[in-house]
Amino acid sequence: MALEDMRPPIETGCPDGFQYMHPMLRRNFGLWAYHEDPQPGVLLHVAKSGEKVWTVRAGTQRILDIFTLRKLCDIGDQQADGYVHFTIRSNIEYFVTDEAKVQPLIDALTEAGFIVGGTRNSVAMMSHTQGWLHCDIPGTDASGVVKAMMDELITEFKEWNMPNRVHLTTSCCQINCGGQGDIAINVQHTKPPKINHDLVANVCERPSVVARCPVAAIRPALVNGKPSLEVDEKKCICCGACFPPCPPMMINDAEHSKLAVWVGGNHSNARGKPTFQKLVAAGIPNNPPRWPEATAVVKNILNAYKADARDWERVGEWVERIGWPRFFEITNLPFTKYHVDTWKGARNSLNASTHIRF
Amino acid sequence: MATKHVTPMLDELETGPWPSFISGFKRLRDDHPDARINGLANGLLGQLEHSYETRKGYWKGGTVSVFGYGGGIIPRFSEVGHAFTESKEFHTVRVQPPASNFYTTDMLRQLGDSWEKHGSGLVTFHGQTGNIMFIGTDTSRIQHFFDEINEYGFDLGGAGPCVRTAMSCIGSARCEMSCYNEQAAHRHLVNNFTDDVHRPALPYKFKFKFSGCPNDCQNAIERADFAVIGTWRDDMRVDQAEFKAAMEKKGRQYIIDNVITRCPTQALSLNDDDTIAVDNRNCVRCMHCLNVLPKALGVGNDKGVTILIGGKRTLKIGDLMGTVVVPFMKLRTEEDFERIVEMAEEVVDFWAENGLEHERTGEMIERIGLVNFLEGIGIDVDPNMVSNPRQSSYIRMDGWDEAAVEWFEKKAEKAAS
Repeated sequence: MALEDMRPPIETGCPDGFQYMHPMLRRNFGLWAYHEDPQPGVLLHVAKSGEKVWTVRAGTQRILDIFTLRKLCDIGDQQADGYVHFTIRSNIEYFVTDEAKVQPLIDALTEAGFIVGGTRNSVAMMSHTQGWLHCDIPGTDASGVVKAMMDELITEFKEWNMPNRVHLTTSCCQINCGGQGDIAINVQHTKPPKINHDLVANVCERPSVVARCPVAAIRPALVNGKPSLEVDEKKCICCGACFPPCPPMMINDAEHSKLAVWVGGNHSNARGKPTFQKLVAAGIPNNPPRWPEATAVVKNILNAYKADARDWERVGEWVERIGWPRFFEITNLPFTKYHVDTWKGARNSLNASTHIRF
Repeated sequence: MATKHVTPMLDELETGPWPSFISGFKRLRDDHPDARINGLANGLLGQLEHSYETRKGYWKGGTVSVFGYGGGIIPRFSEVGHAFTESKEFHTVRVQPPASNFYTTDMLRQLGDSWEKHGSGLVTFHGQTGNIMFIGTDTSRIQHFFDEINEYGFDLGGAGPCVRTAMSCIGSARCEMSCYNEQAAHRHLVNNFTDDVHRPALPYKFKFKFSGCPNDCQNAIERADFAVIGTWRDDMRVDQAEFKAAMEKKGRQYIIDNVITRCPTQALSLNDDDTIAVDNRNCVRCMHCLNVLPKALGVGNDKGVTILIGGKRTLKIGDLMGTVVVPFMKLRTEEDFERIVEMAEEVVDFWAENGLEHERTGEMIERIGLVNFLEGIGIDVDPNMVSNPRQSSYIRMDGWDEAAVEWFEKKAEKAAS
């Protein structure tokens, strides 16, 4: 592009949301009285003025092709008032101010193949990352895992049959962009990176790769007369942190990059303080296109939670109440030396009491 | 379009009841009138199938931006572009969504039209950082796409070591739990740092997230360097008639088991006349009882925010939650918003000055200690910032007397104001 065609940007930053809000929401901004949950996938909010708005929530494939985007817009124009909102888990929400419009809207969404649900004590849409589709460091795919798993969990998304809401997440590397979840399915590498020594000198800024390693296992080295890096494989925790700044540190491995399942992450302050997820299962094959082994582990945990947890208990709270030994007993998952934490602060996770359930 | 790539593995993701992204890609390949889009989708399907077969990713980063900015684009060049030429460049444009993620269908169509003209026709609302992700175009078209959407009010988000696109919950627009104007806070803060969003020059990423209440639907405490969470200082709202109505509907046992005994600080009790008593001084605003009985119980009137600093995910030293740095501040007037913006500037400036390369604020705090960080940003220590006081006696405390005097002086000052 020629310099004269270069247009200086208008640095407006984040646009004002008010211009895109349903007039009913604008009118009652900050003036809401309470909400009810009339049926799965539908919320009813009542303003102090007495005005009511029904929200209908639907799950989609998240990566929308232009045809699907236009279909969602058509539904919004024909069945709602042309205003939408996206939730943090990429569900689309429509607003109607007339109760009679709720069912036709649900019917139109269902007819078009979208899944109405994902509210209250359901299994919510999985929050996920890009994976093989677009990421530069993925150990697995994201959209495919989610599609395969949501196919199996669709009833749990559409209905309220869990003790409390269940947030599932996936991450395609150990940086965990997918975040914390009640149940998280994350890549876990099991072998140190293989190093392409021919490329390191040209591709990588070696000091920053050395600095990136959480356990100081990487050091500069001269290999075959070329400046490169070497890894102390005894120290290496196979986290893959060296790979993004230095792709010749090949961490992804078709056979040895596995999946691990973590439970008990919870962002809410309700009842207890927010919690991080804990490792429960690993060594699960990274098996496209439908990852049946990972889905089986998730369903096993979900079934145990559903059968045993009390109302309002999130997965992590349920395990805290019944104790980790019982969790491993009920789910029949192996408890191994890898479950005992070794990282900073690990002693705080050890049982320094006689509190033991028999 | 080159010959259609066969995709036996991806085809299996067209079965089952959940909407299939693969079917969407195929619609772009087979049904779209623009041959350029058919080709992009074909190349993408081919490369993704190759990834599924070999269990490896084949995208590499690079340097692509728009005139005047240094970030906002996630460049993707294919390592196997020789086999999938049509999609060998497949960059993502990160665009900041309107605060709280509201759109009209007209605006969605307009954005879709622009992307159809200049990109692949694939878009996600939204990525994990909170951006609209326009997925898939080549270097030559990015400037045109950006110019077009920038003219009607959209701007790039953050990518790289910079202030990132922020996220805010639906909040006051449709939620009775909301304790402040999330959209105003979101836009005041992140738009104050526009330069730091577009021109990555910080130690690493810096995220703002805004949740209207302690349910923290935006995962701010877990994920944001600067988490703004709504809360209130006065008594919670109690509607005894609605409480009784809920008890009649749900039963006494349910209320005892799911409301009264679930309070983490035992601040609730059930009176003999089936009304509820709340010990508001010991309520920690956890939200549980409000979540169960949103009609009977509600947030108070003296609303504001708690600010926590330093949340982040795993890299490098492990997951960290944010730490309370401001237990309460009002967020109503222009002066309040100015104050929070000034505080954010202090935090970002201190971190930019003292953070190591690739070190998040939480990691810096871990390294230098909370007290040094607080001194750096000019905020006094407060017992709300800790779960418990120090356990280790290994500390030199010869400044104790002055510190204690200072505490009582500040307390007196506060009482006088």
